[in-house]
Amino acid sequence: MASNLTYNLQGDKLSIKFSGELTLYTITTFQKQLQTISFKEVSLIALDLHELAYLDTAAAIFLIKLEEEYNTKSKKTRILCFNEKVLSTLELVKMQKTITNSEIKINDTKGLFLKSSIIKINKFFYGFLLFMEFFGKVSMTQLDYLKSLNNIRYKEIAFELNESAIKAIGIVALTSFLIGVVIAYQSAYQLKLYGANIFIVDMLGISILRELAPLITAIVIAGRSGSAFTAQIGAMKITQELDAMKTMGFDPFTFLVIPRIIALMIAMPLLIFIADIMGIFGGMIVSHIDLGISYELFLDRFREVVDVRHFFIGIIKGPFFAFLIASIGIYRGLIVKNDTQSIGLNTTKSVVESIFAVIVCDALFSIALTNLGI
Amino acid sequence: MSIISVRDIHTQFDEKIVHKGLNLDINEGEIYGILGPSGCGKTTLLREMVLLQEFTHGNITILDKSLSNISQVNAQSLRRDWGVLFQAGALFSSLSIEENIALPLVEYTDLSLAMINEIVKFKINLVGLKSTDSKLYPSQISGGMKKKAGLARALAMDPKLLFLDEPTSGLDPISAREFDALILKLRDMLGLTVVMVSHDLRSIYDTLDRVAIIDEMKIAYEGTLSDVATSSSDFVKIFFK
Repeated sequence: MASNLTYNLQGDKLSIKFSGELTLYTITTFQKQLQTISFKEVSLIALDLHELAYLDTAAAIFLIKLEEEYNTKSKKTRILCFNEKVLSTLELVKMQKTITNSEIKINDTKGLFLKSSIIKINKFFYGFLLFMEFFGKVSMTQLDYLKSLNNIRYKEIAFELNESAIKAIGIVALTSFLIGVVIAYQSAYQLKLYGANIFIVDMLGISILRELAPLITAIVIAGRSGSAFTAQIGAMKITQELDAMKTMGFDPFTFLVIPRIIALMIAMPLLIFIADIMGIFGGMIVSHIDLGISYELFLDRFREVVDVRHFFIGIIKGPFFAFLIASIGIYRGLIVKNDTQSIGLNTTKSVVESIFAVIVCDALFSIALTNLGI
Repeated sequence: MSIISVRDIHTQFDEKIVHKGLNLDINEGEIYGILGPSGCGKTTLLREMVLLQEFTHGNITILDKSLSNISQVNAQSLRRDWGVLFQAGALFSSLSIEENIALPLVEYTDLSLAMINEIVKFKINLVGLKSTDSKLYPSQISGGMKKKAGLARALAMDPKLLFLDEPTSGLDPISAREFDALILKLRDMLGLTVVMVSHDLRSIYDTLDRVAIIDEMKIAYEGTLSDVATSSSDFVKIFFK
């Protein structure tokens, strides 16, 4: 049933007549219509609901607000109605309104900036302390682990090695191969200008072995295993699996945390080694095609100019990066709260933070090693 | 003889006070219920009993071991003496049902695999699961089955104490009554002491020997259900009317 609004102005009396069904679908049209009425000479307003067949609660709120609005403009407003159902709806809304009005407490917003920033700093500091606590627990459990070979959970470590190393070989190999190709291709163009073709070997050798292969591997692993750790452990926390483990006396640190960290620390150097091979291989192909350096010549030159220490520096970064990625990923998983949004948030944070930590760690390595003259 | 005694427990999260001096005693061999309106801290109290959460002040003694400042060794031995069933079962999702039940046996005992298999089969039958279900993973079974499997896992080490967090919530009425009957049967057969948090009135009347009702941060009533009307708490009046 359609609803209608008609109004009738007689001297200083205005009567607004609603008819049909007044529901939340029709309110907006009426609001617009009412705004077009000029009230200047009106002092008495009647909201006539006699012909109203149905009123829903949203429309009742609208009517009561209308009444209030007109009253504050010092027009006398009355609602005219005999229909009991309509009246009871209006009554219900009025009653709720008085309840909610009495419940509202106005918060003092002044001086909140200082308070909220102190709370934020406090929270940040607390988060830092929690991470340190996690760090301490990891170290303690690790020590316990090393006390006896029987404590080591070989099965879990092997499982994690398969998950985060063997299954990652393909993507790590492909990424580093492409990086090798791109670097060689870009530098080939520059080197050709100077006729310094053969120096591509020095450049590729040092940059890939020392920096690029470890970094690319770390970034791929952070995206792949770091996020997986957070999501897995976070989901286990939400389903109370972690609580169940604790009540059964299985320490999550020995069962979940340490095996993952150790597995990743073993996996990372191996993956970096594969990334080294594939990166150099990619560069070699481009040098052959683009610069006409034969594979034999490339490898000969490689052995001559690229010192083995560059290779070891790249490899030695592996366990450090792995420790950072695994511990940040797992820590983020453990602090997941009891809602699904928190998993997404912490997974994002774990990847971003672990990549950041890896780059900071790499920078520290760079500074330390350069100063040591290695 | 009281097997668990809770003395003057205070719990506070940040600024929110949950418990303000709780006292209760749970006797050996009884099925004890912790009841109260939602948000009153029933589950929190249960979590404090099973060492998942720390209380701010007071003390809980379980099997003659005091939980405040408990040593690692004592805590580990307590954990082998109780079984806990969580609200949604909390089965390890990477393990099948039988592996879930076998896990504590594999970790804590030097039993042979054949022996462990026998024990697992027995527990699966005991809780009323079919032996054909044992190879399924938690994601493949229904909520009721998860609870039964969780119960079988909690019973794997033959604990003296069983903690149940809302055992019948989310079950259909028939499964819920079956579960109640199962708890009663297990208590009589194995001589368990059962502590449970529940909202289910039928289950409360059918199974519980004694109850503690937490309301407004304190124990509003402790005792048998027949005398519950003597309590003056508003919650009790509405809940048991």
